[in-house]
Amino acid sequence: MMRTGYLPVQRGAKRGVQRGVLAGVAVSIALTIAACGSSSSSSGGGSSNPLAPTASKGTVVIGSANFPENELLAEIYSLALQGAGVKVTDKFNIGAREVYYPEVEKGAITVIPEYNGALLTTSVDTKSTAATTAAVNAALTSKLPAALEILNSSSAQDKDSVTVTQSFAKAHHLTSIAQLTTLAKTMVIGAAPEFKTRADGLVGLRTNYGLTFKSFSPLDESGPITLAALKDNKVQAADVFTTTPQIITDNLVALADPKFNFAAQNVTPLVYKKGANSTVVNTLNEISAKLTTAGLLAMDKAVILDHAQYNAVAAGWLKAVGIKS
Amino acid sequence: MNWPQFWQYTAANALLGILPAVVGLAISVPIGIACVRWRWLYGPVLSATSVVYAIPSLALFVVLIAYTGLSNLTVIIPLTLFSLCVLVPNVVDGLRSVPEPVRQAATAMGFGTLRRLVQVELPLAVPIVIAGLRIAVVSSISLASVSGLIGVASLGYFFIDGLQRNFNEEIYAAIVAVIGLALACDLILVLARRMLTPWSRKPGGRATVNAEGAQLLQEPAI
Amino acid sequence: MSYFSFAWNWLKSSSQWHGADGIPIRVLQHLGYSGLSLLVATLIALPLGVLIGHFGRGGFLVVNLANAWRAIPTLGLLILMVSLLGFSVLAWLIPLVVLAIPPILVNAYEGVAGVDRDLIDAARGMGMTDWQILRRVEVPVALPLIMLGLRTGAIFIVATATIAAEIGVGGLGRYIIDGLATNNYGEVAGGAALVVVLALLVQFAFVGLRRLFVPAPLRAMARAES
Repeated sequence: MMRTGYLPVQRGAKRGVQRGVLAGVAVSIALTIAACGSSSSSSGGGSSNPLAPTASKGTVVIGSANFPENELLAEIYSLALQGAGVKVTDKFNIGAREVYYPEVEKGAITVIPEYNGALLTTSVDTKSTAATTAAVNAALTSKLPAALEILNSSSAQDKDSVTVTQSFAKAHHLTSIAQLTTLAKTMVIGAAPEFKTRADGLVGLRTNYGLTFKSFSPLDESGPITLAALKDNKVQAADVFTTTPQIITDNLVALADPKFNFAAQNVTPLVYKKGANSTVVNTLNEISAKLTTAGLLAMDKAVILDHAQYNAVAAGWLKAVGIKS
Repeated sequence: MNWPQFWQYTAANALLGILPAVVGLAISVPIGIACVRWRWLYGPVLSATSVVYAIPSLALFVVLIAYTGLSNLTVIIPLTLFSLCVLVPNVVDGLRSVPEPVRQAATAMGFGTLRRLVQVELPLAVPIVIAGLRIAVVSSISLASVSGLIGVASLGYFFIDGLQRNFNEEIYAAIVAVIGLALACDLILVLARRMLTPWSRKPGGRATVNAEGAQLLQEPAI
Repeated sequence: MSYFSFAWNWLKSSSQWHGADGIPIRVLQHLGYSGLSLLVATLIALPLGVLIGHFGRGGFLVVNLANAWRAIPTLGLLILMVSLLGFSVLAWLIPLVVLAIPPILVNAYEGVAGVDRDLIDAARGMGMTDWQILRRVEVPVALPLIMLGLRTGAIFIVATATIAAEIGVGGLGRYIIDGLATNNYGEVAGGAALVVVLALLVQFAFVGLRRLFVPAPLRAMARAES
């Protein structure tokens, strides 16, 4: 029989391929186990089974929206809860409220740092006109689904705004949103995509102030794209969150909101009741009691402008206010 | 730079990239064998894969959130589909590249169909299949970083966080890590092919180049 | 499947087809971004691939470089460009061009390098210069593969241009990004469907172009080889 170069009848080659197949199978089994056991958490989190739609027993899943301040707040919650002995999984940077709120409703997320006014008008009661902290919280308490509740609000607020550059404000003598009635149709306004359809976004500005803008430019959540667009005059007004540190460094002017289009926006924990025991509730309330707007702004500056690590800044603040982490 | 978190996310990205390629390979082998056995099947399969290719990965991730939540599966399933699109044609081409005389010699030696498939045809198809696997792994690892847009941990997180905080160091580090990871896997596969096909070590790499070159006919979409 | 009905409802509603955010405008924007990127990528990759194929050096490098190129994460590159160049045309143009270069380059190289040596010998025997061989023998014979590379690059660009919406530009990606932000699955699914349709149309367009520019015998030869 002729041995051709093609037929891999040499035992060595055959074994080589068989070994290769076995190795491949072993690798895939290992990887599958790793995939099931791994977490999509940031540092410091425990592990969770990604195949389960709800949190595994006893683990508190902390979520955050997709912007730095919210990730910072979630990190504070996470470290404090771990300090109180609670098992935690972090699921940060999910997306806008429209994406993570259904997850909270399902219980896939147990705790998330929220802003009471925005939560109310975006996901709970789009027609609500509550403006003060007390009114907003009362509305939330009565209208939230039974499975959810809000804990104590902190005094720290981070509101949406209609913000312009200092030169624009000076040129048109602007201090308040109400002054934009005739100017608006020459202006392009920029904000995160969800601003277009949210009740306190373009819709609210039209209802409360009668503003119709020339056009809407979808940007990001008060991040570099929004700030750059404002500075480069690609948009003449933008929704810059009021604790964005660049308001100070870039000399931006947040216009006054006399009609309370943007309701109170206190940092408030939203929790899935079944997942939050009394330790969780007490710890989060303690955080809310100690959090102030000035403190939040300082932390934002550290994280956003000074590029400090989220967990370091969070741990530092917790230590400063005397909460165990 | 939060380095512990960085390495953790690099590992997550590796998982999100390698697993789909491996699972894709496992699924594509039977499909490829079927397409060779029943020729009429291949046309429709190719049409289906070219449609799936054109779907932006982000859209598939988002659609899957309602079914698999904010978990690794939401990323792994679409990437497996994309890997399939690359690997099925390769398995088919690989099997078809086995010279007819070789198949006949095997039958003459008394090999049954299954034995011939497993001991002769598949091993000879290995170079072309691995060429496809290289593409599948490299592009899966790179595509997996898009998961940052839906909050699933991967190196993509650093793109977004780096952008939001104007923290360029994170962006550079994450890009380098994605590329490094992908190239490392590529290298491992090249070595694996050398090990698995000792009979094809010829001087002058023209044959090797052809196998790879022919595979760049399809690119996974983003 | 409910997503098809979401997408269908969204596509059906007439408000999607009018106005500055309407589908026709977004499609045109998308085609604009794609077309420009394809043009630039072709201008860079095609001559390079043809020359490398002709001179025969660096082929190994080309293929392995193309492999490595595929490792570059589009989202990362896009964000890097934004952070370095700001909110500008180059920010999305460079990533799209960079990522479309491999298929065009490699297919051009493979096409030219794969031309039958006998043909080239005959041409040299007839006294043709290098440049003439390139122009009258190698490129025409390589045309099927060159067009395949262009087609692959085009489809790749059309699909990838959706991610440019992440940095605020228009195009069909807007539907996906905005739909994601507002949990409007109909918009996401509808936008994705539009991208797929567009990509398929581009595919058909290139098949048509191939029929126009590549003589039938060459097409048959390419088919037989594949």
